[in-house]
Order: sequence, then C-alpha cells, then structure tokens
Amino acid sequence: MVRVRLWGSLAAAIGGQTEIEVEAGTLRELLDTLARDYPALQPQLERGVSVAIDGVIYNDDWFTPIRPDSEVVLLARLKGG
Amino acid sequence: MALDSKTEARKFKIVGTRPLRPDGIDKVTGRARFGADMSAPGMLVGLILRSPHPHARIRSIDTTRAESMEGVHAVVTRADFPAFVEDEALADVLDNCMAGEKALYDGHAVAAVAATSGAVARAALKLIEVEYELLAHVTDVDEAMRPDAPALHEDRADETVPAGMSDNVMARHEFGHGDIDAGFAKADRVLERGYRTEATHQGYIEPHACLATFGSDGQADLWCCTQGHYMVRNTCAAILGMEQGRLRVTASEIGGGFGGKTTVFLEPVALMLSKKAGRPVKMVMGRAEVFRATGPTASSSIDVRIGMAKDGRITAGFAELRYQGGAYPGSPVDMGSMSAFAPYDLEHVKTVGWDVVTNRPKQAAYRAPGAPMAAFAVESAIDELARELGLDPLEVRLKNAAREGTRASYGPTFPAIGLEATLRKAKDHPHWSAPLGPNQGRGVACGFWFNFGGDTCVSLNITPDGTVTVSEGNPDIGGSRASMSMMAAEELGIPYEKVRTIIADTGALGQNDVTDGSRVTFAVGLATIEAARAAKREMCKRAARIWEIEEDAVVWEDGAARPAGPNAGKHPPMSLAEIAAVATNTGGPIAGHCEVNAEGAGVSFATHMVDTEVDPETGAVKILRYTVFQDAGKAVHPAYVEGQFQGGAVQGIGWALNEEYIYGEDGRLQNAGFLDYRIPVASDLPMIDTVILEIPNPGHPYGVRGVGETSIVPPLAAVANAVSHAAGVRLTHLPISPPRLLAAIGAK
Repeated sequence: MVRVRLWGSLAAAIGGQTEIEVEAGTLRELLDTLARDYPALQPQLERGVSVAIDGVIYNDDWFTPIRPDSEVVLLARLKGG
Repeated sequence: MALDSKTEARKFKIVGTRPLRPDGIDKVTGRARFGADMSAPGMLVGLILRSPHPHARIRSIDTTRAESMEGVHAVVTRADFPAFVEDEALADVLDNCMAGEKALYDGHAVAAVAATSGAVARAALKLIEVEYELLAHVTDVDEAMRPDAPALHEDRADETVPAGMSDNVMARHEFGHGDIDAGFAKADRVLERGYRTEATHQGYIEPHACLATFGSDGQADLWCCTQGHYMVRNTCAAILGMEQGRLRVTASEIGGGFGGKTTVFLEPVALMLSKKAGRPVKMVMGRAEVFRATGPTASSSIDVRIGMAKDGRITAGFAELRYQGGAYPGSPVDMGSMSAFAPYDLEHVKTVGWDVVTNRPKQAAYRAPGAPMAAFAVESAIDELARELGLDPLEVRLKNAAREGTRASYGPTFPAIGLEATLRKAKDHPHWSAPLGPNQGRGVACGFWFNFGGDTCVSLNITPDGTVTVSEGNPDIGGSRASMSMMAAEELGIPYEKVRTIIADTGALGQNDVTDGSRVTFAVGLATIEAARAAKREMCKRAARIWEIEEDAVVWEDGAARPAGPNAGKHPPMSLAEIAAVATNTGGPIAGHCEVNAEGAGVSFATHMVDTEVDPETGAVKILRYTVFQDAGKAVHPAYVEGQFQGGAVQGIGWALNEEYIYGEDGRLQNAGFLDYRIPVASDLPMIDTVILEIPNPGHPYGVRGVGETSIVPPLAAVANAVSHAAGVRLTHLPISPPRLLAAIGAK
C-alpha cells in the first residue's frame, strides 16, 4: 500500500482525510485507483494534477514506478511561463 | 529508472563555457525573421474589431456593409467558428479570441476583416455595426468577490467554492499542514498585514503576429510568433474543428514571451479569415492591442499572518490570496498558494487561494505564474517581523530555510535543494556589508519555483562531412539553440562549432510541449543528450563492422570510436567525421533521436539583494545595486544563465516600482502603451550582478535545473523591503510609483 498525501482542497472533498492508502505500483495505477475509490476527487483529477514522488514532481508518465515506501503527494497541476 | 539519480560525475569540456550565440549575427543585422517578417503572394491584411465596453451583451453584428466594400475578402465573427468546443478551457480560449454572447472586457475581439490593405481593412472595421446591451462591470478583485458584484458568468464555479459566494469566484485552493492556531500561540510576535499588487504585462518587445494560409484542400500552414508552435497547432485545430496533422505551424524568431505567448490570440482568427478568403492572411497586433487584449498577469490582494519567536523562528504562517485572472477562470492563485511559504521549513502553515474573474483581459502566464505576488506578501512580512525583533533578515531566513528533508509547505519532502547555499553566499558577499547613505535602504528576499519537463522530441543528424544538426521543437527564447549545441558537442566529443541546432516545424517532429515552466534546457537538453548517445551507439556499431569485431568491443571516447581494450585488436580511432564519410558504405545515414516525456525537473531557489535610494521630494526610487544569487543545477552556458537572472530581476523591478494596468471608472484601460505603462530601461538600472550556484538536479544527466522563472519571484519583495527601509515606512501596495510612495511618506 502507498500512503498518498492530499492538499487541503482535496482533503475537504473526502471528509477531511489528509492521507489515504491505495494499492498502486505506478502513477497510472495510483490515479486510476483514486478515481475509482474516491469519486469526490474525480473533478480535480479530470482538471489535472501533478504528483510528487519522493520529492520529485511528475505530470503524466503512467509508468513512473512508485515504491511501497515512497512519499506520494498530490499537487495542483503545475503551470509555467 | 525514474526514482534513481540520472546525474553523472564528469569533467565538462564545453558545458560551462561561453561560446558565441548562434542567433547573434542574425539579430543584430536584422536578418532574423520575426512574426511580422513573413509574406506570401496574394496576402491579405487582417484586422480585429474590439469592444469599447468592459461588459456588454452582443445583441447583433451586421457585417453586410463591410463585406460589400471593395477590397474586403472576408469578415468573420463568432458565428463562423464551431458552435461547441467540448473542452471548457479551449472553449474559453475561443471565446477570448472572438467574443460569443458577451464582450467581457475593453478590447475583447468581436469581429475581424481581411482586406487587400491595412487602410481598406481599417475602413471596413468602421462599417461593422455591433449592437451592444451595456452591463455593469467590475475590474477589482476584492469588489468582484462581493456577493452583489456584477457577474461575468453563471454557474462556472467549481466544486471547491462554498455556496453563497459571488458568481465571480471560480475556485478555492487550500494547502498546508500542522495546526496554525497552535503555531501562532507559540509566537512572541504575530504580524497581520494586507498586500496588493497590480496587473502587469509581460512587456515583450515583439507584438503578436502571424501569417495563415488555408488551402482549398483543407490543409493549412501557419507562421507565427509563439512560445509553443505545437500548442498553437493543437489549439487551433481543436477550435477550428480540424485534424492536427492538416495544420503545419512554423515558429518565427521570438522577440520575447515570458509566458505571454503560451496561448493563442490571433492565430485561429487568421486561419478562419484565410479559409473564408481563400488567400493568405497576415495579422500583426499594434502595441495598444497587445495591452488591451493579450494576457497580462493577475492582480492580487493578499492577507498574511506570520508568527515569529524572539530568536527569529517562524512558528506559523498563514496567507489568504485573492487573484483576479481577467474574464475567465484560471488565475495562477493555486501556484501562488503553493509557493508562498515554500522557501521555509514550517511546522504549521496554511494558505487559501481564491480564483476570481473580472472584466479584464484573460490573464496569461508570466514567469513563475502566481509566485512573485505571493512572495512579495510573505517576504515583506518576514522582513518587517525581523526588523521589529531586531534580527538580521538573512539570519532569520537561514534559521527557517527549507533544506533537504524539509516537508515543503505545498506537501512533498524536498530532495537536495539550494536555498541555504544562496543565503550563505548572500551573507558572505561584499554587497551585504557595503555602507548605505542617506535615504538609502537595502532589501533581501527569497523565491522559489517548481520547474517541470514534459513532451520533448529531438532528432540529431550526422551529415556526410561530420557536422551535426540538432532539430528540436521548442522556440528559442532564452538561448536553447546554444545550450543544445553545447550539450550535443559535449556528449559527442566534438567542437561546439560543428553543431547547429534548428527549431523544426510541427510536421518534422513529434509532440513538443511549450517553451515554459523553465523546461527547455532541462527537458530538451536531456533529449539532446539521449539523441547524441543513440548516434554514438550507431557510430560504434559502424566502427565494429569496419574493424570486424563485436559491437560491445567498441567504445566512444574523445569524439572517436576506439577499441574497448587490448583484446579488441589494434585499430586506430575513427573520428565522427571519418565514420560519417563512409556511412553510405556501412549501412546508410547516421542519426540519433529521442522522444520522451521528461519528468524529474528539479525545483529552484534564489535570494536577491538590492539597494535603493528614495527621493523624498518626488517619490522617485533609484536602484543603486542589485545582486542575484540562484541555484542553476548546472549552468550550461553561464552567460545565458546570467541573462535569465538579470532579466527576471529587471522585470521584477518594473513590477515593483512602475508597471501597472490602470482602469478608469468606465472600465477601460487607461494606459495601453509604453509611454504610460513604463517598463525599466537600461538607463534606469545598474548592472545586475549575478552569482550562480550549482547544486545538481539528480533528474538530469548533467544536473541541469530550469532557471528562467525563479529569478522573477524575489525582486518584488526585495525592492519593497529596500524602499521601505529607505523611506522609513512599510510599502504594501505595488507598484511603488512616485505618487504612491509620496502618499505613504506623507501618511507617516
């Protein structure tokens, strides 16, 4: 199981949980599982998120590996100029 | 593996040097071709009719008289575009390019004309009759949040917005951790203060321009000035309802972008005009149009509360940020909320951001979008607290600085980062201890930016004579052609002069993300290195065939294929040029390429230090000295890195002291030109000194971090802190223009 940390707005959407545990070995599995198990997160997941895995930020690479002991943090989708 | 370090320990020969810029001669001789420099046979001139009203329902548009005018070949309105675009963000882009039911700001496009000359097109615009129903407007972010404020849209708020708020509030964002009430209870001093920043424009020299040619076979070509021609292709194709492969976009040279050219304004309109007219259509914005109708950044209103112990330790931090992003959702308040406290190691921190719409042009990204305003507020408050407690502002920042292992205010735990190194360099620098005179003050501030990578393609071709061409798909706005050539030369072991990098059109490479997010030197550099390595593997294979030995018995060293060891036989090295010369005989042309979604960009930090002098009679502020300390990971071409540091500082100085969008009571922009919207010029400024630090990013083979955006984050606060010390009064509203500073001094 991977522990996933949520930012405040997402936590509010699922009853105030700031951390949840999901079964995921890759970024794709993580996002699919979140969408399936936490429908309230769906609007934000559709708008887009970035994911920090062990302090490094990833956007879209489905097959980015996630270790069971990885620190996983959902972030608002990054923008740049 | 994504989770492992990619950075290799190596001694660089070319990376880190300062070769001549490949675009220098073209730009100083006028040979470089910018957006407005392209023409085509039979070309028409396209112009846009813009709303003079800040908020109005469009009851009707009669184009009959304009269409019947001699020399007019096409007139378009929103009715010419697809009625429905599924993606909400793209639908907003279309509505911004050509208004639908309502004109939402002064300058909003409502119709366009293509004619045989500019004079005919201008005359035709006057013949278009638009019937408006005027509506109440709002341009201020705090006023727009009032429940009784004029509403721009209905039911556009997302699920995060509580019921009962103004319809202009689009989203709420919250970040942080810990218990801020418990943190504030531990503080010896709590400071609460409100801050405001005004909207500023990216101020690029080159106005938007394009040339569209839409063929009767449904295939189209577009030449335009942009930070991302693949984005232009994809956006225009979606808006026009055509397949991406039928539109080829070529990027011109670019006279600045800074985030403002990461979207489209003219391009879909030019394509539609060309489609209707059956001839090429060129469109070039005037400066007033650039100000009125392209994206400035958001303006902001921010409340900050920070608790500090007597020793300078920050016990809690809170900020509520309100950004207006113009007439459509999407202000960068989420980025501001994430970055506000990012430089600091805080046990208790919380930020709340509100995305608000107003009757202003749709905001566009501007270097580190959202972060400079947030840093202005937080860094001003920290500075004021340090001063009140009699503490050294650099020591306070060092005491609280985020380090490897710090849980960032936006969530993740930082890997190796360079903030502390920039602060120590700043403290040891002669600038910090230099004496100050009367009416002079010194300010410091820190800044943070995320950086990212994304889709990237590079094709590296070995020519028969042994020179090398690198094709990449990102417009060069900060020296990327030089950087790519240097990284390719480094990897191949050949002179820099043997490599030429070009920007390929959308038909030549796969998808490339926009030149933004400080991504290009990181992501395209990574792809260039991988492409060079692929070419090296192929060249080793060719040498192995010639030597009749196994492929793995050949290595590439110092620009040549060599036997891996004595068991491989005695063969003289074959240089790249020697292998290229016989490529036809050994299997055909040699190339390397890389297509990748480059993840793993490293975050970046900076500390800025500035001395200012205030004229108490006029309110004028002079920048006396300015030093930037920033982590670059690895500076590929240090002169370009310094240029990025200096450019960010200068744009931040303008934001802090002079630049602002000024709206009248009538909701119209009052200063749509460089005479009344004053950006800093060379005579306003000292040389901006720079100190490059290199804390390698493990996500890049050479350790590169993006540097283009972080440099604009600290200067707003650094300048405000310096002016506040010089004037003896805290400045909380940017820009600190002479009238505003005189008023503050007078109110002391």
